[in-house]
Amino acid sequence: MKKIDVGKKILIENEKYAFENILFLTGRKKLCLNMISSPGSGKTTILVRTISDLKGKIKVGVIEGDIQTDIDAERIRATEAPAIQINTEGACHLSALQISKALKQLPVEDLDLILIENVGNLVCPSAFELGEAGKIVVLSVAEGDDKPVKYPAIFAKSKALLINKIDLMAGGHVDFNIEKVKVDARKLNKDIEIFPISAKTGEGMDHWYEWLQKSIETNSMSQ
Amino acid sequence: MHEMSVAESLLTIISDEAAKHNARPVGARISCGTLNPINDEVLCFAFDAITKGTSCEGVKLQVEHKPIQARCRNCNEKFNIEFSSPECPKCAGEDFVLMADAPLIIEEIELQTD
Repeated sequence: MKKIDVGKKILIENEKYAFENILFLTGRKKLCLNMISSPGSGKTTILVRTISDLKGKIKVGVIEGDIQTDIDAERIRATEAPAIQINTEGACHLSALQISKALKQLPVEDLDLILIENVGNLVCPSAFELGEAGKIVVLSVAEGDDKPVKYPAIFAKSKALLINKIDLMAGGHVDFNIEKVKVDARKLNKDIEIFPISAKTGEGMDHWYEWLQKSIETNSMSQ
Repeated sequence: MHEMSVAESLLTIISDEAAKHNARPVGARISCGTLNPINDEVLCFAFDAITKGTSCEGVKLQVEHKPIQARCRNCNEKFNIEFSSPECPKCAGEDFVLMADAPLIIEEIELQTD
């Protein structure tokens, strides 16, 4: 028997493509964010509303990840924003190679912001770097306020947390303690920006838009 | 089920290394951090399934889970953080900085040399 030291990152192939994507995006000074959440938290609705409300101010391109169908890309295209649909055909997360191919299909030069909507899953996508500048985690109030404690990785790694569907809290339809979520998320990640929003009614969206615009400005001035 | 992607990458790395040494692989030791955890049982099941009929068939995987450390901003204590009760063991402070998490690494491969 002989033991050999390897010391190699297992997901090195993915990381190579992620690094290429970083070079591609930073070379063009384009901000790219990776949205991660459970299925049904409202990622696509947030994207559609964001694109529509910021029309004329920022140009957004979207990369949509789903197991199957191009329903989400069609919803984005209805806003006239360019959208590339990736079907993972069973895979639980998007990979950097898929993003690399999608970036080449988007009119990146004309865009201010590229948003990736990852496959609905609060676990696996957090382990695969895509070359994004930051992750955005979305949690809807119907999912419960225990998620930062149960799924710490994604909250520890994200730049911002969108707490969506806050309109459901009026009338007591769901028991969800926003303060608890803020405290638990900030224990894992002191610097996380937290925006309680309703993509349906528009409540709280202004703060998210301000943060997005500020992030685009900071990104274009860096490097 | 990202363990399947990890299993596929392991198959590539282990068979390449074994071919370089012209030997049959029998075991591999991998390590992972706390924010990119691996479920050992799921990984081994996936790995056994995809290595049937390959040079990696029968390779035993051993997974080491490394804790993640935090530094307390109040008393500067460095400690292994438990996400179920994230607080400083020394001063019970809840204001801390997470240190870098251990990456997912293949540390060592065991080869049969006879």
